[in-house]
Amino acid sequence: MKRFADLYSAIDESTRTTVKVAAMAEYFRTADPADAAWAVSFLIGRKPRQLVPTKLLRAWAAEAASIPEWLFEESYHAVGDLAETIALLLPYGESAQRVDRPLADWVENHLLPLGNMDETDKRESLYRSWAAMDPAERFVWNKLITGAFRVGVSQNLVTRALAEVAGVDQARIAHRLMGEWKPTAEFFRSLVSSETLASDPKQLYPFYLAYPLETAPEQLGDPAEWLAEWKWDGIRAQLIRRRGETHIWTRGEELVSERYPDLHETAAALPDGTVIDGELLPWSFEDNAPLPFAQLQKRIGRKNLGKKILAEVPVVLVAYDLLENAGEDIRERPFSQRRTLLTDLLERLPWQDRLRISPEVPFSTWGELTHARSGSREKRCEGLMLKHRHSQYRVGRKRGDWWKWKVDPLTMDCVLTMAQRGSGRRASLYTDYTFAVWDRPGGSLLTVAKAYSGLTDAEISRIDAFVKRNTTDRFGPVRAVKPEIVMELAFEAIQISPRHKSGIAVRFPRIVRIRDDKRPEDADTLDRLKGLLAVSPALSANDETGI
Amino acid sequence: MSTDLLIRDERGFYCPPGDFYVDPWRPVERAIITHAHSDHARWGHRQYLTTPEGAGVLRVRMGPAAQIDTVAYGRSIERNGVRISLHPAGHVLGSAQVRIQHRGQVAVVSGDYKTEADATSTPFEPVRCHLFVSESTFALPIYRWKPQSAIFDDINRWWSANAARGLASVLLAYSLGKSQRILAGLDSSIGPIYVHGAVEPLNAAYRRSGIRLPRTEYVGETVKSAKSTGSRLAWAGSMIVAPPSAMGTPWMRRFQPLSAAFVSGWMTIRGTRRRQSLDKGFALSDHADWPGLLSAIAATGAERVWLTHGYSAVLARHLTHMGLDARSIDTQFRGEADVADADEPTATGQPEAEVAGAAEVEESGEDVAAS
Repeated sequence: MKRFADLYSAIDESTRTTVKVAAMAEYFRTADPADAAWAVSFLIGRKPRQLVPTKLLRAWAAEAASIPEWLFEESYHAVGDLAETIALLLPYGESAQRVDRPLADWVENHLLPLGNMDETDKRESLYRSWAAMDPAERFVWNKLITGAFRVGVSQNLVTRALAEVAGVDQARIAHRLMGEWKPTAEFFRSLVSSETLASDPKQLYPFYLAYPLETAPEQLGDPAEWLAEWKWDGIRAQLIRRRGETHIWTRGEELVSERYPDLHETAAALPDGTVIDGELLPWSFEDNAPLPFAQLQKRIGRKNLGKKILAEVPVVLVAYDLLENAGEDIRERPFSQRRTLLTDLLERLPWQDRLRISPEVPFSTWGELTHARSGSREKRCEGLMLKHRHSQYRVGRKRGDWWKWKVDPLTMDCVLTMAQRGSGRRASLYTDYTFAVWDRPGGSLLTVAKAYSGLTDAEISRIDAFVKRNTTDRFGPVRAVKPEIVMELAFEAIQISPRHKSGIAVRFPRIVRIRDDKRPEDADTLDRLKGLLAVSPALSANDETGI
Repeated sequence: MSTDLLIRDERGFYCPPGDFYVDPWRPVERAIITHAHSDHARWGHRQYLTTPEGAGVLRVRMGPAAQIDTVAYGRSIERNGVRISLHPAGHVLGSAQVRIQHRGQVAVVSGDYKTEADATSTPFEPVRCHLFVSESTFALPIYRWKPQSAIFDDINRWWSANAARGLASVLLAYSLGKSQRILAGLDSSIGPIYVHGAVEPLNAAYRRSGIRLPRTEYVGETVKSAKSTGSRLAWAGSMIVAPPSAMGTPWMRRFQPLSAAFVSGWMTIRGTRRRQSLDKGFALSDHADWPGLLSAIAATGAERVWLTHGYSAVLARHLTHMGLDARSIDTQFRGEADVADADEPTATGQPEAEVAGAAEVEESGEDVAAS
């Protein structure tokens, strides 16, 4: 555990990717494979769920530190991170009591069993663990217990380090890391093996993800080299047909085959050795268009998929790409070729309603395409996808060949009404804001959104100073401030919401800029926002669903 | 009545029977100065009183024209029947707690203090009193300092590792006190040590007071002599000690490739460390940590405690639970600034820096004191 905590600090303290990769490679090379397997699992974000309720953890930590709960809370507000607060507060203890157990031992014999313990045993177990660890280990341990383990490396960097250790190319490591696996010594050995391994029929391919297009499309050059599709707002998924079985994976690498019986009949007609990349969408066959995303969420929420819900919210797969054809990995072939193969394949199917090609949006000039894009919202789409006709199907998020070109977000001018300290890097600054608009001109302010991103460090400092000098009320860590500052917020969608006092809810609100040119009374009214309901796409809550 | 012994007015802490201030933030006739940091020692007073050890650095900050009198630690003087004496606070060279006695009542204003002894200041001594005025910069139980020897080991190890990679090491630390304390803890066998122009005159003042510091070279001199001889400057492997305001300046960039670290008690918190975009943070402070504050306050035997700058409201609440008459008092003291670009007056001491400092009340202090 000590070594894993050291690895965490090495990654955490550095901003240089080379240093991070070197630290990971060193760890993977020298750690016991059972420990390394867990390390990989945690580093790429497969963290255990929260095993001890936060409330209990706070109470127990305060007790262990011999301080009252109010003092614990004050400490927490200064630190902004629960795991760290606890690590800083616990008594240093006797170093004689410390035991440096291997990571795998900690995880398998101490961490995971917490989930099945009653409260008394949980408390006992935690106290024993804390006593055995030094402060750096406790911090990492607390992060794991709270289900909040996160460190500054992308999956891409982890695969880079593993590729270095294994001496195989990075795409192969990425492929091996896909899907379901158990972090065991055996898994780790096969992960860093230099040999080609017999593949699991369920094995999926890494998804290729697009960057947002931030320039004018003209910069992409000749329109003839590009293919445009709608950017559908559903759940990105891979449909696998191998050895007579169908497997459906989401982009979150969750195996969801059983959740979409709608697709099984069609999928069974696919030849063995077929892998299709596409988007799961709730569909209205009457309108020949997607249903609102909220419908799909409703269906996902159901434990049992009865006939009724399957009929009310049927799901289709809109196919984007063909990754495996007749058992052959064709990801390196040009996109236009893959798409032709995909079209042929789908046309040969006896039923084509459940598995449909993502239609091409025809255009010959960028101006035409820009015009087409403006109709995205009416189609319940988020915008367009642009794919180079010669592009390979690559691994992870890459620039150059694929771009997502979303429609401009909706915006509103809001008044800053409340602020709260951030966490992590911004723990001592007021960075989390609550915004309001007027219920009517000259009326009162109604909260419509909370947002925390989009400002520069200098702007954050400015707002931080404003908050401290203009506090009108305090509710625990939250400060109400004089309604003076107007900010422009962008959001993806807006929807009626009886749960909010304002009656509306927005999706992905973020700060575009501070509007120093506007006075608070110039901020938007609720009526103006309600006017946006008509043009807004359906509200969906899952930001991982898109391309 | 001790309320008459000491009050806080708009200029600072005032002793009505003795007619003097302690660390006032506006110009007054007579100011007793606990130490020369900018939030405690300000420009424009007619008379300054401090310790002989502190007078040297105070002179560097206030300039040649200031009238500075001294009284040795433990010696007392009388004014209007008020007995005044200064006692070591362990914060920086010559830093003092001010003991004020009148008609059987004793008040002590501690300024800033630290309970761990170090090589560059006279160790803190608890003084029994009825009313104790304590700082509370780090008054949260999360602040528990590691022994300074452990921090110096960390710093020296970091320096060696940088040297091995061909990097210069830039340590950002307050020019008065923290810099000298660090210098005294550096292992000069690792490489040459250079200092910023704000640090150099204070080093000289420390050395004049008999404090042993390793050999340091003033960066400005080195650059000048290299220019005159036409030789190339090589900073790799060296240590450069500079004030936090040097961060990201062209002055600092000349040492590239470099690794930069900030030395401050605030570096305890990971988020604060990361926000500075520094390579490293060392949690070393010249202020008392939570256990230090509690033990120092207990050792005074005071029933009444006034708490200034920092987490004063938290400490007041805690002490009240323990049965003391404790209050949080608003001041313009800042304690330790928590950002690397914190302004600190230069060695020549400019009043505008003072004004800026007064307006920018230390963040967490202002925060808690007001609640």
